Amino acid sequence: MNTTSLLVFDGLLLFSIVCLAWASLATTDERRSVILFMAFGLVLAVAWGRLLAPDVALAEAAIGAGLSGALLLAAVRKQSPGSSRTHANTDRNYSGSGAKVALQWLITLLCAALAGTLAWALLHALSSAPHDTLPRAISDNLVASGVSNPVTAVLLNFRAYDTLLELAVLLTAVLGIFALGQTTPGYQPAGPVFDGLVRWLVPVLILTAGYLLWVGAHAPGGAFQAGATLAAAGVVLRLAGRSRIGLPDGFMLRIIMAAGVGVFLLVGLTLLLLGRPFLGYPPAWAGALILLIETAAMLSIAATLLLAFVGGQPQSAGVNAAANRQHEENSRC
Amino acid sequence: MLTAQVLYGLTACVIVALGLRGALLHASLLQRVVAINVMGAGVFMLLIAVAYRGPGLPPDPLPHALVLTGIVVAVSATALALALARRLHAEQDND
Amino acid sequence: MISLASSILILAGLFFYLAGSIGLLRLPDLYTRLHALTKADNLGLGLLAAGLALHSQHLLTSLKLLLIWLAVLAASATSAHLIARQARRQETRR
Repeated sequence: MNTTSLLVFDGLLLFSIVCLAWASLATTDERRSVILFMAFGLVLAVAWGRLLAPDVALAEAAIGAGLSGALLLAAVRKQSPGSSRTHANTDRNYSGSGAKVALQWLITLLCAALAGTLAWALLHALSSAPHDTLPRAISDNLVASGVSNPVTAVLLNFRAYDTLLELAVLLTAVLGIFALGQTTPGYQPAGPVFDGLVRWLVPVLILTAGYLLWVGAHAPGGAFQAGATLAAAGVVLRLAGRSRIGLPDGFMLRIIMAAGVGVFLLVGLTLLLLGRPFLGYPPAWAGALILLIETAAMLSIAATLLLAFVGGQPQSAGVNAAANRQHEENSRC
Repeated sequence: MLTAQVLYGLTACVIVALGLRGALLHASLLQRVVAINVMGAGVFMLLIAVAYRGPGLPPDPLPHALVLTGIVVAVSATALALALARRLHAEQDND
Repeated sequence: MISLASSILILAGLFFYLAGSIGLLRLPDLYTRLHALTKADNLGLGLLAAGLALHSQHLLTSLKLLLIWLAVLAASATSAHLIARQARRQETRR
């Protein structure tokens, strides 16, 4: 491709990314800030595509812009119609005291110094000769890894331990959210237009999630993008005011939440018992084991992201309702 | 040292600085969370810019896997932070 | 020949996007802005998708692009309806 036109494209893309980030952080209206952040995330996904990172682009669009945006938008919901949550922004007060303005300028200067230091380190690192050892090791061992997508191979074979810990981080965050209190308030039941959209959108999203999971072995995709798409299906159901959003009840929910970490650990420990290193798949079984782990991880990621959006443990008839009644009686006296 | 790497890397430094400034100076918790997410996006851009090896060669997959992990961890931290903020507002409204 | 046709389709799509953005900036009312955005942007996306499908010359890619266009069409129509309905409700409430 023509290098000058690519340069122009890069310049425009980067300019719009910086402008969106600036605008998102310069406004005092919370809702505007969140919407600009969602736009920032989507343009960022285009940048990842340009830098030949399609897996990251898919994940950024689904998780970074989509689910993060949904979480933030749910957090700025108006408490009463007609009001907008603008914060009395004490840091944009032009008639503020001299000390406050001086502090703002000092912080801005220090952040600029941080940017300068990072830029210096980056240019210094880029000007030295590139180290090729790791990428070459990855491409040399790709055939034995069981998949042909190098990013999936790194995530689920070469650096599988990191992915195991990441799933544990996700689970811990949702447990923290459970411990913090009630779920976010529900939404009113959808009208005919939205309901009609939901009727066919949710099956298509589920199908797309399955496709992303399967195709992740040889093309951009994988468990994280598939899990995010599945979570998006649940989010759409919740936004349409449905009471059942695809999450199982009670004990089954806990099984699904723990399935990602659990299956990973099971596979690793079984391999340890068979005399191989922890999570060291035998090359003949690697593809099947990766698919098994990815399936469990997809369900687990979808459930935990959806629970994070719901904001707590969803109410269900039976054990939960009885426990809640008990809790209310205790807190009343 | 490719032009694209330098361009995207420098922009990433600017975005990290913008995010940090927003996280330190904003008054509302929600905008601080947004600012930290912006900072995270800058870090991701830095990683992916370093992983880019030009239009001919396939990019280095290791930073891509790190960024993928980072995106998921960032969204879970955002969810936890928002739940904390919601609980904080509820406690402040009660007393 | 095919690349010329696909370039023309993509440029036409971009023109409609430009028209939609100008409408967003210049039109006076929420409803008129929604009207301009939804109609112009969806048509622009359709032309863009058609140009890309022609450029790829691969049946499966063309079908995927068609599916993407239909999904965006439905989703943007629904969200425009929801936004307009909410704005209408807020107007009558005041």
